[in-house]
Amino acid sequence: MTVPTEEIAAKQPVAVAPPVGAARRGAALDVALARPVVIAASLVIALVIPLVVRSFIAFQLTQVMVYALAILGLNLLTGYNGQFSLGHSAFYGIGAYTAAIMMHRWDITYFWTLPSAGLVCFAVGFLFGLPALRLQGLYLALATFALAVAMPQILKFGPLEHWTGGVQGLVIDKPDPPFGLPIDADQWLYYFTLAVLVLMFAGATSLVNSRSGRAIKAIRDNPIAAAAMGINTALYKTLTFGVSALYTGVAGALGAIVVQFVAPDSFSFFLSVSFLVGLVIGGVGSIPGCLVGGLFVLYVPNIAESVSTGLAGVVYGVILLIIIFVMPDGAAGFARLAAARLAGAKQPHTTEGRLP
Amino acid sequence: MELLLQQVMAGLATGAIYALMALAVVMIYQAIDHLNFAQGEMAMFSTFIAWQLMQWGQPYWAAFAIAAALSFVGGVVIERVLFRPIHNAPILSSIVAFIALFSILNSGAGYLFDYTIKEFPTPFGSKPFLGITLISTHQAGMIGVTLGMLALLYLFFRGTRLGLAMRAAAANPESARLVGIRVGWMTALGWGMAAAIGAVAGVLIAPVVFLEPNMMLGVLLYGFAGAVLGGLTSPGGAVFGGFAMGVIENLAGTFIPYVGRELKLTIALVLIVAVLMVRPSGIFGRRLVVRV
Amino acid sequence: MNRLTRRSILAAAPSALALASGLPAFAQKKYDAGVTDSEIKLGHTAFYTGPASSYGTIGKAMAAYYRMVNDQGGVNGRKITFLSYDDAYSPPKTVEQTRRLVEQDGVFLMASPLGTPTNSATQHYLNQKKVPQLFVATGATKWDDPKHFPWTIGWQPNYQGEGRIYASYILKERPNGKVGVLYQNDDFGKDYLKGVKDGLGDKTKAMFAVEASYETTDPTVDSLIVSMKATGCDVFVNTAIPKFAAQAIRKAAELDWNPLHIVSSVGNSVATVLKPAGLENSKDLISDFYLKDPTDPQWQDDEGYKWWLGLMEKYYPEGDKTDVFNVYGPSVAATTVQVLKMCGDQLTRENVMKQAASLHDFTVPMLLPGIKINTSPTDFAPVKQVQMGRFNGERWQLFGELIGAVSG
Repeated sequence: MTVPTEEIAAKQPVAVAPPVGAARRGAALDVALARPVVIAASLVIALVIPLVVRSFIAFQLTQVMVYALAILGLNLLTGYNGQFSLGHSAFYGIGAYTAAIMMHRWDITYFWTLPSAGLVCFAVGFLFGLPALRLQGLYLALATFALAVAMPQILKFGPLEHWTGGVQGLVIDKPDPPFGLPIDADQWLYYFTLAVLVLMFAGATSLVNSRSGRAIKAIRDNPIAAAAMGINTALYKTLTFGVSALYTGVAGALGAIVVQFVAPDSFSFFLSVSFLVGLVIGGVGSIPGCLVGGLFVLYVPNIAESVSTGLAGVVYGVILLIIIFVMPDGAAGFARLAAARLAGAKQPHTTEGRLP
Repeated sequence: MELLLQQVMAGLATGAIYALMALAVVMIYQAIDHLNFAQGEMAMFSTFIAWQLMQWGQPYWAAFAIAAALSFVGGVVIERVLFRPIHNAPILSSIVAFIALFSILNSGAGYLFDYTIKEFPTPFGSKPFLGITLISTHQAGMIGVTLGMLALLYLFFRGTRLGLAMRAAAANPESARLVGIRVGWMTALGWGMAAAIGAVAGVLIAPVVFLEPNMMLGVLLYGFAGAVLGGLTSPGGAVFGGFAMGVIENLAGTFIPYVGRELKLTIALVLIVAVLMVRPSGIFGRRLVVRV
Repeated sequence: MNRLTRRSILAAAPSALALASGLPAFAQKKYDAGVTDSEIKLGHTAFYTGPASSYGTIGKAMAAYYRMVNDQGGVNGRKITFLSYDDAYSPPKTVEQTRRLVEQDGVFLMASPLGTPTNSATQHYLNQKKVPQLFVATGATKWDDPKHFPWTIGWQPNYQGEGRIYASYILKERPNGKVGVLYQNDDFGKDYLKGVKDGLGDKTKAMFAVEASYETTDPTVDSLIVSMKATGCDVFVNTAIPKFAAQAIRKAAELDWNPLHIVSSVGNSVATVLKPAGLENSKDLISDFYLKDPTDPQWQDDEGYKWWLGLMEKYYPEGDKTDVFNVYGPSVAATTVQVLKMCGDQLTRENVMKQAASLHDFTVPMLLPGIKINTSPTDFAPVKQVQMGRFNGERWQLFGELIGAVSG
């Protein structure tokens, strides 16, 4: 029986870039040009949307971005580093409560809660990553799962009530637009979240494309070979845990500000499952895929409910299965396939490869 | 001292539930190399089928047998229809497929049978066991069935050709195919067996916790934890882990002052993680040697 | 129109007259969002999925009631559109669904959204937006706070009040007893616990022995009951939701433990709690009531019961006719409809809260006889009274006088 981390590598040939033949270089260039255009276009749309839609839609889209950021955190750890985590709801919750406590108890402006949440979660993630080094696959899953299940209990814990608000939770005020800008609070939050998102997505992209990123991916693909090549696997794994927790923690802080309320039972194991589903649907190992994941997590349960209230769960499950059947590698994998097929359509043989 | 003894016994009684679930989880893990998140829901649905049959007038043993048989078939069908097409997908995608199955079964059961709790009969009666009020005859029966199933499964996998074939198919599908084993059908068989075991678990657990669509939520949690504690490669370890979960959680809640009451589940899980630090493959699990 | 023509003067005449006479300008209608001449849109959230989904039937029963009202002509000629969304007991989801109802669907008010943490999450938002959070379907004590949250009003007797009633009963019946409390480890459970402790007052230290909490994801509470018996408790306050309340009742019987066993109004339904637990095992249980239990034979010929049964049979035939939740839903909804009726044509949100705070001796068919709904601008607790009952092995036998639950 092989260890699950190796299975991830074995079953994801797409993630490993095969040599790009000269014949394909021409096609690859076309795609290389397409990418920045797509990104620029999306940014323009993203900037314009809240001005033309109702506040409620802006609110929903802000939530989508928050989930996308949380999923990105999970992606860094599980998708790029191969460490399976069911515990990201805990980091999300820690980030949310950090923000809530800072704003509610100490009246600190919302802006500073984000880096604080990030730092706190980085520390927690790093510390958790240390003992996690000894665990593999499903055993690691249980350890993270334990963290996720423990978090609501800890948040409800009596002696901490003075800080956490106990079972009642904490209410936060919505921040007003600064400098008297002529937009409402929802639109301001949207732009604020968008800015944070773009920043952190850019950070993640540069991380995974850097030397460290390659080391992180090497550990996922073949930890023993990576160690043999001189990569300090222990250091990278724990650092990745920390960074992953940081991302999800910042998302949690944003989430708390957007929803204006934190309560212990909102950060249960079920949230971790949502993140995992979003990760897979978007595409493991794909950064833009996280946005698709965020959209899925927010909108598909609503769609399922509108089809049938009594059978909402059945509809949701069926949708999930259809997507897994049609796109086993998630939206990003599907997009890759489609683009490769388009690009390689003129060539006699098509090889799947990663887009530059 | 008496309180300690009572809590240990109560913990064993509750632990029997987790042990049964842990056994089902490990069995399917051994057969298909995946952790089935929907195991609890499958067990719950099977129990509802048995319940419905009894509502329609079937006697207990007939209902139980039919439900177990239907579950077996159901398990095979699920594997063939749902998981066979995606068995080459990344492991995370199959986990999402399990989550989908969970959602479908949970919601479906709620729709068909609604959410109010239902009584479920027990073949063992509910008298105090041997005069000890702490363990009822039903709970003793549960423990007995768990151990009995454990023995049967051990004999099956170690002593029969079919069992050997299944183990081979799970351990090394490529080589197994080369020696002529129909790997696909072995996997389906494994699913069928796990579903049937789940049905047994559900039917025994329901009298204690009451039958309703969400009854297996917590049980799967604890069962999973127990299985990992004992070691996912060891059915005996899983059973041990399940009992241990029940006892630890109970003792933590009763004896650790102040903290224990509210954080008993947390404490239990922390202990498990601590154990995993020392024995990363569970107490009885075998350390896997990976060839590069 | 700026020109003072004869036509314009004639057009203005009625309202001018009305203003002059000081009569409510009944010819004048005032509408806030969600109201038209023919329609009133009500918003609602409940948990139809998730671990607490057994409560979802409350929403369905409410919908059934509103359908009945519409068939009978609506409220002052307007049909009620009842939009109910699922929030899976997740506060962030509740916020999203509530915002959708208010901002996208344009509802007039939130009619009895379900759940304690779920309503806590939206309380701030609704009060800020000045949208009534009317007759919330939870008994948390915090809803009776018109000073800070003038747009939020509760309905049922609050949990702390109930806890205090249990405490005073205990002090009367077993003043030297040792008390154990089973409660859910969340907002609703801790509210009950506080009530019991406050009610025991000075004697809390002496009498209080065990605080046993459970999570909704726990499979069983059996070991907690073992604990209580082992520590020598002879009074048991069981505030758990149906599934765990039933487990506790049955386990106590199995252990041959016979404390003074008080079960809360959340877990006293004969059909959904006592029957599964075993009717024999439930003998001598004490509880408090404000609604008629539909399985109680004493209400067979009661007008209120017949009304309710008719509603269920015609508009919610697949609903459980033995489930007290299905009594609760229409009862709260009937109060909402009453408030809407009292608004007449002045269907503004402000007027809704004004009318909701002016209920005087109002009753609905399934409230126990004698229980009256009263509210005032400083009293946002509509149903305050309960009556105690003891289970005789077959049904609940009410005893004593109506007790007024006092809020915290």
